Amino acid sequence: MRDVAVLGVGQTKFGELWDRSFREIGIEAGLQALVDAKLSSSDLGGLFLGNMASGSLLEQEQIAPLILDYAGLAGRHLPAVRVEGGGASGSLALHQGYLAVASGQYDFVVVGGAEKMTDVVEVTANQIVSSTADHEWEVVFGATLPALWALIARRHMHEFGTTREQLARVAVHDHEMAAKNPLAHYRNKLTLEQVVGAGEVAEPLGMLDCAPLSDGAAAVVLGPLETAKKHTDTPIRIAASEVACDTMAVQHREKPTTLQSTVVAAEHAFRRARHAPTDVRVAEVHDAYTISALLAIEDLGFVEKGKAGPEFASGRFGLDGKLTINPSGGLKAQGRPFGAVGVAQVAEVVRQLRGESKDRQVAGATLGLTHDVGGTGATSVVHLLERVT
Amino acid sequence: MSVARFWRETPRRYNLGGSKCTNCNTVYFPPRSVCPTCPVHRKTLEKMVPFQLSGEGTVYSYTVVHDAAEGFEMQVPYVVALVKTVEGPMLTGQIVDLEPAEVQIGLRVRATFRKLREEGPAGVIHYGYKFAPAGEVGSGPEPRGRLAPVAPSPTGSSDRAPA
Repeated sequence: MRDVAVLGVGQTKFGELWDRSFREIGIEAGLQALVDAKLSSSDLGGLFLGNMASGSLLEQEQIAPLILDYAGLAGRHLPAVRVEGGGASGSLALHQGYLAVASGQYDFVVVGGAEKMTDVVEVTANQIVSSTADHEWEVVFGATLPALWALIARRHMHEFGTTREQLARVAVHDHEMAAKNPLAHYRNKLTLEQVVGAGEVAEPLGMLDCAPLSDGAAAVVLGPLETAKKHTDTPIRIAASEVACDTMAVQHREKPTTLQSTVVAAEHAFRRARHAPTDVRVAEVHDAYTISALLAIEDLGFVEKGKAGPEFASGRFGLDGKLTINPSGGLKAQGRPFGAVGVAQVAEVVRQLRGESKDRQVAGATLGLTHDVGGTGATSVVHLLERVT
Repeated sequence: MSVARFWRETPRRYNLGGSKCTNCNTVYFPPRSVCPTCPVHRKTLEKMVPFQLSGEGTVYSYTVVHDAAEGFEMQVPYVVALVKTVEGPMLTGQIVDLEPAEVQIGLRVRATFRKLREEGPAGVIHYGYKFAPAGEVGSGPEPRGRLAPVAPSPTGSSDRAPA
């Protein structure tokens, strides 16, 4: 296995992109990444595309060759593979692209993530989102994806004394960050009172505890590290790419307040990269619901189990802290185009490590982490990204 | 959802039929074909036997749902809980027959057979388990744990199933 580097990144605006089609946004992100990597499409060995639900959202399957075709590459007959893992689809595609380059099978690949959530009505979109939980033993009994996260939140409050206000602080933080991100779905700041006072979705989670339904796409170009300097002055090495899975349903977990898939993926990633959580300067973590971010920083090893509420509320994860969480605004405020999320997280961390993030730049970052989750944690994907000097 | 897709789960959804590993005595719901607990999974293939849950349990966590799942729109706000059964498995289900504000972690509940949802005005009606406070008369299971359908409500708005 050889070292793999991120050579280029691309990302569309996230939001309700009524005037843009799935193929348009997919191609925009991919071409941006190729230009950024100073590669032409004739250098490519293949395409990996993360997408959660094009079949039910767009009535279109086989979207990997579709994007390849509209990128003008059908005549070159490249392999194009779609990867699905609920909300973690993008990171899973990246994992596949990483393995493909590391193995030596391909030299350069594009890893894309794209989702178009607003081509169906909101009720339908929410049903599709809930299909990333266990349909037969959770959804049929009246649970939705936010309801299942709410069950985790209530238990976290019961066991560790986490408060409603501490949950809300995650949303306030994310919107504060996204205000500086021109690609974000929401750039408005929120007050604690607004989050706590918003309409209920599944108590204790309200409307402003939940990430939005967004359209968007992101892409990265991967290649071998040894020749990376030909393409970029600041290659970013993928120091670890780890996937771990757990039970599909929350009900089957011994400790529902821990995402064991995240614990295992993070342990494997830190071991492989020979780093510790304290080495990480910037992290993009799964915050589809405010409780998700609290579990993430505990289960990734950044804070002690049960302490995420007060730790987050202390304000220590801002741009000036030792560890900055979700400088993009996270899923909550940058937006949640499901299959694009994991790739966009990596794009954000790469920009941060290169020092290209302008007024939301974290200082002196050399090691970054991304954390992507499918459903309620049946899949977790952790990537560690390191600036090569 | 097709009729067959729901119908084939009837023994589980109507009667809480789970399974038990005779190797390690762990109980599962829904039934499993291999035991996730035993170290060598394939050796448990022949060891899984049917096991009837009693339907007794306590609330492990709960949420009051305001933004309903498909087919549950008429029931909001409704309570969905994780119920830890006395036999071990945890189940996801609604808590009924008390106000949402009265539900709390640790509440003792008992499974009851109810209407879950309708697939639109002309669609299939799905039945299955929900949970009511233990000790409530008339909606609980028979002593051996069979879920007994209760009399239909005259109003038609109830989730109670016709007998």
